[in-house]
Amino acid sequence: MDKKISRHEWKSNLLPALVMAGPVTLVLVFLVAVPLVYVGVMSFCSIDEYYNVVFKFSTENYVRLLNADYLKIYGQSLAMAFITTVLCILVGYPFSYLIARTKSKRKTLLYMLVIIPFWTNSLIRIYGWRTFLGTNGWLNGLLQFLHLTGEPVDFLFRQGTTVLGMVYCLIPFMILPLYTAIEKLDGSLLEASADLGARPFATFFQVILPLTSSGIFSGSIMVFIPCLGYFFVADILGGGNSDVIGNLIERQFQSGNNWPLGAALSIILIVMTLVLVKLYQKVGGDMDNLGV
Amino acid sequence: MSRKGKAKAKKGLGGVFCMLVYLFLFLPIVVIVVNSFNATTSKPYLSWKGFTFDWYIKIWENSSLLDAFGNTIIIAAVSTILATVIGTLGAVGMYKYKFRGKGIIDGLLYIPVVIPEIVLGISLLTIFTNVNIPRGMLTLILAHVSFSVPYVIFNVRARLSGYDNSIEEASLDLGANRITTFFEVTLPVLAPGIAGGALLAFTLSIDDVIISYFVNGQTKTYPLKVMESIKSGVAPDVNALSTLILVGTIVLVVLTQSGLFKKKR
Repeated sequence: MDKKISRHEWKSNLLPALVMAGPVTLVLVFLVAVPLVYVGVMSFCSIDEYYNVVFKFSTENYVRLLNADYLKIYGQSLAMAFITTVLCILVGYPFSYLIARTKSKRKTLLYMLVIIPFWTNSLIRIYGWRTFLGTNGWLNGLLQFLHLTGEPVDFLFRQGTTVLGMVYCLIPFMILPLYTAIEKLDGSLLEASADLGARPFATFFQVILPLTSSGIFSGSIMVFIPCLGYFFVADILGGGNSDVIGNLIERQFQSGNNWPLGAALSIILIVMTLVLVKLYQKVGGDMDNLGV
Repeated sequence: MSRKGKAKAKKGLGGVFCMLVYLFLFLPIVVIVVNSFNATTSKPYLSWKGFTFDWYIKIWENSSLLDAFGNTIIIAAVSTILATVIGTLGAVGMYKYKFRGKGIIDGLLYIPVVIPEIVLGISLLTIFTNVNIPRGMLTLILAHVSFSVPYVIFNVRARLSGYDNSIEEASLDLGANRITTFFEVTLPVLAPGIAGGALLAFTLSIDDVIISYFVNGQTKTYPLKVMESIKSGVAPDVNALSTLILVGTIVLVVLTQSGLFKKKR
């Protein structure tokens, strides 16, 4: 390695590489990698009586996380995320199929109409649901007007309401990749399948579904994982009856003030994410389909 | 039923289903817009007390709401510019040059996209506290840059995949230097990807609740202001501002892409 870098080589390759890739490297190292490693370190720390973080190795936080109350919330959070994902597929698939394969001239408009609601802040839209579903909300007004119910029904503060809010927040992340996958579908393949005598049912399961599964997989990842962390949906619509893992973390970093315990909870969430992403790659999912 | 009739019924059923999905997507927006005209003045501002435009005037008297909105715009603008410059340079640099650790950088890009936002939020909170950076505007901007850079890179990279390197070589052969070549040749080709990435970065920044919630300190953004007001009931002026923002965005998009709805392809 005694070959000195020539002035020319420095100017023609190293300098531009440094200028171009340097800033992004700094951002990813100092604002993503280092903070996450630090959370990992903190998860093995503890706190003193003034809630200060004490840097002494202990596994006490992880032992506390095995407590039955916590286990129940992990289970509940995973179950709600699963139901949310299934509902997003069941509603999102036929919907994406219809708008992606419509022959209507307004196809672009139909697509834009999925995105427009998301230009309004998500918190206030979730609050809109709360206004709609509350005991003196619109839905109860309608039900009483139609004499379907005498007493107002409390739709809020159940696990079902939280799931509804999660589906609402996350369904575009299912619809958009599905739309892309379905739009790419070659119509002549469907005709070929029909010509060869396949019934619509068989065409769907043997031709359409396998060709659009990439959309289902990436959509599922983009729906399932955020569900575990969306504490504000559970707060606004679930009212403490439907906490997700995100609520546990939020509490430790705000009111609970036990950062190392919150850090350990975050590590659990990171591990779950990594397992799901590995699973996604295993079924043939492409990382580049996520998040665009 | 005839075959044609059956197909028609099927189509009708599909149409009804799509309408129901759109109703689901727009229902809370309708609630927000209607409540922005509600004349009620008592918390939690839920019962209907008649129609009024007052709240649209009261927005301009609510300085904390306006400040929060201003902060949101500043943070979104600055973080979008930073993320777009850093992301565009990074995408091109990583496409053109090989260097040690490139694989790691590439892997790190996916983390902000897949890891739940709350984990990114608390990790930034702990590190900012550790190195004693006071929380506020600066930490909010840094946080927003960190989660938008990957989206800019993915968008630019999508343009790069069909990029022909020879046009750059031609430019250099014809005597242009690297910097001129970058601005005159490379950038125009990548422009749609850069614009897409920037738009996404701006949208993500404006709507971000979770990450901002942990790194904001005393600085309030518009979503955080909404979060604060939810505890006591969202006042109609917040609904009014949200309605204005929505209308403003729609007008902006229709103006910039007016060809979009008229032309088919």
